[in-house]
Amino acid sequence: MTGATLPTAVGPAAVPGRPFLLADSVTLTRRSLAHWRRDPGPLIASLGFDVVMVLMFAYLFGGALQVPGGGNYREFLMPGMFAMTMVFGISLTTLAVSADVDRGVTDRLRSMPVSPLALLIGRAAADMLFAVVTLAVMVLAGLAVGWRAHGGVGDTLAAFGLILLLRFALVWVGIFLGLVMKGPQAVVGVQTLEFPLGFLSNAFVAPSTMPAWLGAVAEWNPLSATVGAVRELFGNPGWGGDSWVVSHYPVLAVAWPLVLVAVFLPLAVRGYRSLRN
Amino acid sequence: MAAGEHAIIAEGLRKRYGDRNVLDGFALRVPPGTVCGLLGPNGAGKTTAVRILSTLLRFDEGRAEVAGFDVARRPDQVRHRIGLVGQHAALDEVLSGHQNLVLFGRLCHLGTKRARQRAAELLERFGLADTGDKPVKAYSGGMRRRLDLAAGMILAPSVLFLDEPTTGLDPRGRNEVWESVRGLVRSGTTVLLTTQYLDEADQLADQISVLDSGRVIATGSPDELKSRLGGDRIDLVLHNAVDLAVAAARLRLVAGAEPEVDHDRRRVSAPVGDRVGALTEVLRALDAGGVSVADVALRRPTLDEVFLHLTGHRSRAAEEVAA
Repeated sequence: MTGATLPTAVGPAAVPGRPFLLADSVTLTRRSLAHWRRDPGPLIASLGFDVVMVLMFAYLFGGALQVPGGGNYREFLMPGMFAMTMVFGISLTTLAVSADVDRGVTDRLRSMPVSPLALLIGRAAADMLFAVVTLAVMVLAGLAVGWRAHGGVGDTLAAFGLILLLRFALVWVGIFLGLVMKGPQAVVGVQTLEFPLGFLSNAFVAPSTMPAWLGAVAEWNPLSATVGAVRELFGNPGWGGDSWVVSHYPVLAVAWPLVLVAVFLPLAVRGYRSLRN
Repeated sequence: MAAGEHAIIAEGLRKRYGDRNVLDGFALRVPPGTVCGLLGPNGAGKTTAVRILSTLLRFDEGRAEVAGFDVARRPDQVRHRIGLVGQHAALDEVLSGHQNLVLFGRLCHLGTKRARQRAAELLERFGLADTGDKPVKAYSGGMRRRLDLAAGMILAPSVLFLDEPTTGLDPRGRNEVWESVRGLVRSGTTVLLTTQYLDEADQLADQISVLDSGRVIATGSPDELKSRLGGDRIDLVLHNAVDLAVAAARLRLVAGAEPEVDHDRRRVSAPVGDRVGALTEVLRALDAGGVSVADVALRRPTLDEVFLHLTGHRSRAAEEVAA
């Protein structure tokens, strides 16, 4: 290394503010895309895990499960699997956020003229892009094992929209957890929570077969609302039921994610700010 | 920033965690274009001070100004004018060095083209131009540090914060980091450097502030701090260890203070007031006592000795040597 002086031509750029919010968000989203290109291993593993889950449930457990009304088990299975993969996304978000905090990258960005909002938007956009890829792979896996959507184009698109809306809500849960939990162990903790959150729903088992209180919890699970509404839109068999919750799944499939966003987006912003304490 | 003002001003900074004052009336003034070394033991508050001045942390009381802007009121303006290099290399491990610098350059709003130019310039400058597409996780510790430093210099900041920049580096890596800091200061940047290595502060700093328990307990140039220990010291190395007692006795008479005796190195040393006078007198006395001297040196006290004197504990580097 030479002792030559550093070029000083680069001075402070323009004043910070809104004009850069979009540009910074795009830059940070592209950072994640560059990650996928350079190190696709973890993503392929994640997609592989999702597909293996489909195969396991379709061929391994499939024979043991009774489908309501005698319908096709795999048609019943897939809406639950779609929603489950969105739940598994939480730990991907948490992992990415907490890795940046642990390595000091978040601190470096915070000491730079970058809008804090851009960090959150960049993360959310990248995770949503990956959610779309995940959903596409899951649809192919579903089609391969015999799942079909029987609704019209509009209903089918609406169903995909609801699944992605659930993921969008969970992005903010993941960011919040990544900011408040410290260290890689935290991510393992989030991962182990995903299973009970997923299974304590109508995705695989009828809430009516659970103890009453557990069944109520399962019916109220935001995941159940999405799965219930999506089954209807796809024309896939479901559990039915006559409780207030079950009959309002189409509304709740929109309302629940909005509530989660309303709670966890401000919490994520606050978690980010509280890094200053 | 007008000439003559200070690049960094801190007055009465206080930061409390629970009932513990991490900073307890911290004050600092650093003239532009100089290097200020913030020296202190673990837990003295060095990192907290840097995190506050670089807008990462709120403080409870006091006032701080960096590059002419109030840290609490105009953090956005401060962020445009500073670079921060923390204790751990804050880099994207998956991306290459070039991609890291382009990413941070874009976020400094240089635009893609200038960000690329700047990245290439900095890689060249820090001897990383040949790293190609290698991801940062494959870098050595020294390379990471250098890239980290480069990332802190994308905007040629008016104030650069370096928090223990050479911790964990081998001597070659440390020299490289020091050389690049010197280059940056030559081009007008003000540097606030925290370190536990006294030789690092001695090498780089124009001004040193010694921090203990959240407060600056001494400030001055390395030389000024050294003279606080009462001037120079004389070191005598003898040919024969058996002469150590006689030499110590003679030296005590001349210096008027109890000499330190190091048996392993056959060395006695003591503080002396009048440099050359004391030297002649000591040598004459030893000659008369029949003591054969292998080596003699007049030297300033080391910063390690100053540190021990000021804080009552030794620096980490000295402890490592002792252990």
